[in-house]
Amino acid sequence: MNNTLSTSLNKSASSQTIRLPDFSGSHLAKRYASERRFRILGIASVGVAGIILLILLSSIVSKGYSAFWLHKVELNITFSAEVLNPDGSTLEEVKLKQANYLALIHNALKEKFPAAVGNRRKIRMLYGMIAPKADLVLRDMVLSNPSLIGTTKKVLLKLSDDWDSLSKGFINRDLPESDRRIKDLEINWHDQLQSEGHIHSVFNADFFTTGDSRNPEEAGIYSSLIGSILTLTVTLLISFPLGVMSAIYLEEFAPNNRFIDFIEININNLAAVPSVVFGVLGLAVFLNFFGLPRSAPLVGGLVLALMTLPTIIIAARSALKAVSPSIREAALSLGASPLQVVTHHVLPMAMPGILSGTIIGMAQALGETAPLLMIGMVAFIVDIPRTFTDPATVMSVQVYIWSDSPERAFVERTSAGIMVLLGFLVLMNAAAILLRKRFEFRW
Amino acid sequence: MILSLSKLSVIIGLFLTTITTPVQARDQIRIVGSSTVFPFATLVAENFAKKTDFKTPVIESTGSGAGIKLFCQGIGVKYPDITNSSRQIKNTEITLCGKNGVRKINEIKIGFDGIVLANSKQAEIFNLSYKDIFLALAKKIPLNDKLVINPYTKWSQINTNLPDIKIEVLGPAPTSGTRDAFVEQVMKIGAKKFEFLDKLSNDDQSKFKQVFASMREDGKFIEVGENDNLIVRKLESNPSAIGIFSFSFLDQNTDKIHGSFIEGIAPTFDSIANGSYPIVRSLFLYIKNAHIDFIPGIKEYVSEFISDEAVGKEGYLTINGLIPLSELAHRFKTIESSIDSKES
Repeated sequence: MNNTLSTSLNKSASSQTIRLPDFSGSHLAKRYASERRFRILGIASVGVAGIILLILLSSIVSKGYSAFWLHKVELNITFSAEVLNPDGSTLEEVKLKQANYLALIHNALKEKFPAAVGNRRKIRMLYGMIAPKADLVLRDMVLSNPSLIGTTKKVLLKLSDDWDSLSKGFINRDLPESDRRIKDLEINWHDQLQSEGHIHSVFNADFFTTGDSRNPEEAGIYSSLIGSILTLTVTLLISFPLGVMSAIYLEEFAPNNRFIDFIEININNLAAVPSVVFGVLGLAVFLNFFGLPRSAPLVGGLVLALMTLPTIIIAARSALKAVSPSIREAALSLGASPLQVVTHHVLPMAMPGILSGTIIGMAQALGETAPLLMIGMVAFIVDIPRTFTDPATVMSVQVYIWSDSPERAFVERTSAGIMVLLGFLVLMNAAAILLRKRFEFRW
Repeated sequence: MILSLSKLSVIIGLFLTTITTPVQARDQIRIVGSSTVFPFATLVAENFAKKTDFKTPVIESTGSGAGIKLFCQGIGVKYPDITNSSRQIKNTEITLCGKNGVRKINEIKIGFDGIVLANSKQAEIFNLSYKDIFLALAKKIPLNDKLVINPYTKWSQINTNLPDIKIEVLGPAPTSGTRDAFVEQVMKIGAKKFEFLDKLSNDDQSKFKQVFASMREDGKFIEVGENDNLIVRKLESNPSAIGIFSFSFLDQNTDKIHGSFIEGIAPTFDSIANGSYPIVRSLFLYIKNAHIDFIPGIKEYVSEFISDEAVGKEGYLTINGLIPLSELAHRFKTIESSIDSKES
């Protein structure tokens, strides 16, 4: 290889030809062609990435869109005094709370389909039509308005998950009866209710206002959304100031010695550590040593902050490096102190880059589940967390838990959860872009 | 900048105060443990919260082993009150508990879970024996009194009654309790059907265990983590594959998959409940005795778990695929660790 190169060099030296620029049409055409090829390659790779994204998104949306509405059935509920207040005493709130509201629903169902009465199997099927927590709706109605007792009212009640699937048309009626979760009799009842106009399709507001549940028709994303917000707040408050300060020191003030090199190498390596390791660290340090509570967004945020720190430091350093040295020199020559140079000139100019790095780190933290397992945030949480130490879970964990649940209706909830997660990510990105626009500086 | 620095210090200061706030007494039950019991435990937790004024318990899905480890770390509000388990607690774990002061544990058997081998409805139903399963999945099989690397690639080579399709089985990873139960209750019995291995089991226990517990690694047995839903979805798109998972997932997907017969018995609710279907494991709750009087609601939660409304013939757990005990006699057991704790 070397030999051939040197002989060819010798040859050209000995013949002493002077190479003139080649203006011939053929050469120019070649150059244009290679540029065209390059462009086509570029467009093709953008296209492939776009198509993959589109396939991913469309599969999520096509599976999940149906979770945003559900079906309710209109029943004539008689708020009979005999059921709610069997001993006929004065009405106290405590008693009204514990009254048997389920019986009201059962009575209404029996009245609607009297043929099922007397057959245990049919009665069980009939009761299975309504979602398990529907009686709580009636309880709240009565508690807020006790004068309802003794009257009859039309009430919309949620259908159970299997019935809802039937209304949505997800149940294949052509299959043999034994292979269906919904039997022929239930389909008949359903079709009768539907033809009489008693089944209504409504927006699934509970999905956005309640916490997790084992019943797909009751499960919501709200508690994990709040958990994510609390956790990411902690992460941002810890990792952003720490990351930016470290980057400024390392880039602008640190002496050039071996110790600093050592720290730099470590930061770069830290970015490649598997995330579950941070969870183990969090368990050992924050829970066992400092005694912080399990499943708390505070601990989750601390662990995720450790995980995102390297990302933010590396991004912030390259953003600081990209600020032209002439800016620093100009400021220094006008008498600014090194601190003033950084705070007045370099940092504002590097801010857009730093924010981009931060948003990448935060997006990573938003989707993480592995480190949270160790500190107890992969959990079934119904109550909405209010403070940084309440038990909480995050959206990515919620999606994971739903994806692992046997009930079929959780398949659509899983995809709907991913859609909310992506929506949240888009919002976060939008906020970062707005901030970046404010800091953007051209010269 | 100086202003924002001072703002920052206020925020960090606020933060430190939340950190240093002492952990207060808990008014919420904390539960850890098995991912198999998780769906049942959460269902009970919700009904418990609906019926009483207690807060909904926090339930973590950590897996049986990790759950018991957390449970055994000590006594106090920092540690969980109950752990769910898809296998019985081991002696080493009871010792660990005792060392950390957890001396009295109540064991409650809550029911059974069947393990099924299922495939897509587009393919025919398999009728498998223990021997067939062992021959299809073991890494080494006996041939002429020698152990050889499993040579079979098609079901029909093992048993001419089985279909002529390639062996492809999706199963749980070694970390899962389902895998432990499958190995103990299928592979072990399958191995004993061979005279050569039966002799080995008497002569050299550990070598025998190595033979029946090693699944083949040539791509015929594929580990699919702990997500049973994933296996179901893969079976749907691949009619030649068989999956190994919990009965409740078969119960929910009867329109897409069917369970293989094992020794001539189909996995149905009744065959598992009456004990005729062979691959069954028990599910347990472990409760810390010392916590019962201090954490409000534990008694009520446990009695909800074993109430007729939950595990009766038409109970909500039963409807969701838990197979209840037929006799209640052996349900409760108190385990006492003989090890004295260091603290007391």
